Amino acid sequence: MASAPPLSSDNADNADSARNANESGNGSNGDSGQRAGSTRRAPWHAFVPLWLMCAPAFLLFAALVLIPLAMTLVLTFYRFDPASGPIAAFQFGNYAEVLTSSYFHTIFLRTFGIAFVTTLLCVVIGTPEAYVLSRMRDPWRSLFLLVILAPLLVSVVVRAFGWSMLLNPDGLVNQAFALVDLGPYKLEYTTFAIVIALVHVMLPFMVIPVWTALQKLDPQTENAALSLMASPATTLRRIVLPQLTPGILSGSLMVFGLSASAFAIPGLLGGRRLKVAATAVYDEFLSSLNWPLGATIAVLLLIANLIVMLTYYRLLERRYARSMG
Amino acid sequence: MRKNGPLALIFHALVILFVLAPLAIVVLVAFTPDETLTLPTHGFSLRWFRAILDYPDFISAFFNSLRLAFASATLSLIVALPAALAIGRARFPGRGFLNGLLLSPLVIPGLVLGIALLRFFALVGATGSFAWLVLAHMIIITPFVMRLVLASVSGLDRSVEHAAASLGADAWTTFRRITFPMILPGITGGWLLAFINSFDELTMSIFVTSPQTVTLPVRMYMYATESIDPMMASVSALVIFITAGAMLLLDRVYGLNRVLIGQH
Repeated sequence: MASAPPLSSDNADNADSARNANESGNGSNGDSGQRAGSTRRAPWHAFVPLWLMCAPAFLLFAALVLIPLAMTLVLTFYRFDPASGPIAAFQFGNYAEVLTSSYFHTIFLRTFGIAFVTTLLCVVIGTPEAYVLSRMRDPWRSLFLLVILAPLLVSVVVRAFGWSMLLNPDGLVNQAFALVDLGPYKLEYTTFAIVIALVHVMLPFMVIPVWTALQKLDPQTENAALSLMASPATTLRRIVLPQLTPGILSGSLMVFGLSASAFAIPGLLGGRRLKVAATAVYDEFLSSLNWPLGATIAVLLLIANLIVMLTYYRLLERRYARSMG
Repeated sequence: MRKNGPLALIFHALVILFVLAPLAIVVLVAFTPDETLTLPTHGFSLRWFRAILDYPDFISAFFNSLRLAFASATLSLIVALPAALAIGRARFPGRGFLNGLLLSPLVIPGLVLGIALLRFFALVGATGSFAWLVLAHMIIITPFVMRLVLASVSGLDRSVEHAAASLGADAWTTFRRITFPMILPGITGGWLLAFINSFDELTMSIFVTSPQTVTLPVRMYMYATESIDPMMASVSALVIFITAGAMLLLDRVYGLNRVLIGQH
């Protein structure tokens, strides 16, 4: 069966042929010959059972993802009246307000600055950590991998609260500084606090893809370089790192995107003064009740995020292609 | 395999300290007998755990979260399982689009989904109802169910099913006796992962919950922005314990590393 023409990584083709064989009642013999043709010539009603299986999930997602997202986009063109709320309209006033006011410029710059530094720190910490983990022996390896990844499942509110206790003026970090006659420093409600806590939350998203890339790495290439008298540093730089680049790339895209739209960490560790795009959206929706403006900030955040990530991807992809070729 | 040098191990120890410190400190402070959040703590007491019992807001939020996570994970499984079976095993028009749509909440920020659903619920007049909150959570957690079930479906050895069919089993019997037991780890793993994610979800819930349906993370967020006392620590410690318990269970039925790293 596996030798039949349309080779695919999953079982999709096999499923088709099995179904056809069952329907025509001629058992499992000789279906591989007619199969390539039958997948191409299948009449539309052959797909009805499959569509029916997907129908409940599709209806749920159409009703609660596609329609609401479209409504939100429409909402950005509405006018807002403080007395009566959103008024149906088609105008770009909300976009103009966000794009021209220096208040929102500051917020967006801060948001992407935080996301950028967080991504950088995650690369600098996550990549070597994944490498160190991959060179451990097994009870330790699985244990520490679990320690690094498991916080992913602990509520982000809990982790933000933990950091606020570490960073507050009497917190453990300032107590440690006091031992060497430094501080106390104001750490809570600063961009520093936001970045540190975000790195803590995002680190697993960096470690996972790098770890996956490391699993695919052939240890013999490393040994070959060493046996050809390359120093360990050179081996790391010329042999290991280039092979990890795709993992680092996809990890940093993930971290950047999630950091730029993070809500709980900036909300709890930034205080009321240090707003980022996500907390600004929250305030527009639940305090000022200016939904059209809030929706506009969210849509712009999404677009800006997309542009930054695509540019980054293009840039690194080109560099990566050059260093390999 | 070459071993790690001392520098690498020091770096590793610092990273582990960084990862565990905020969680360890929460658990430590939760057992304080003191009136305020001071460190180091003086002794050991359960008074702040008892204090939770006298604060009905946390109790009702906790049971809301529990019911919500249970209902949304179960319903999400019912909806996602047939879709995952179809997408994972057959090729049909619309398959790629459906797969992308059902996994899309992984890349749409919770914030954007939250305001979109808030707007939608306001227009259909559904704000504040528990049933709609369940539907909203199903959106967020269905990708996790899909991913785990898809992974176990595509790792399936089809020849066993063909053997059952050739021995005269009909399609339903083959599914019930052969396919279902083989993908069961993916199903239970998906359910548990969905449960944990629903129980922890904050960003979307903060937009779509009403005072009657407030979930535990939302209640904790509001509590933390207004006042900080050791009760926040004891509630957080409870959340850590519950999550750890669910993780142990997940590790048993599916393997935590497999869930978190995924299969590529």
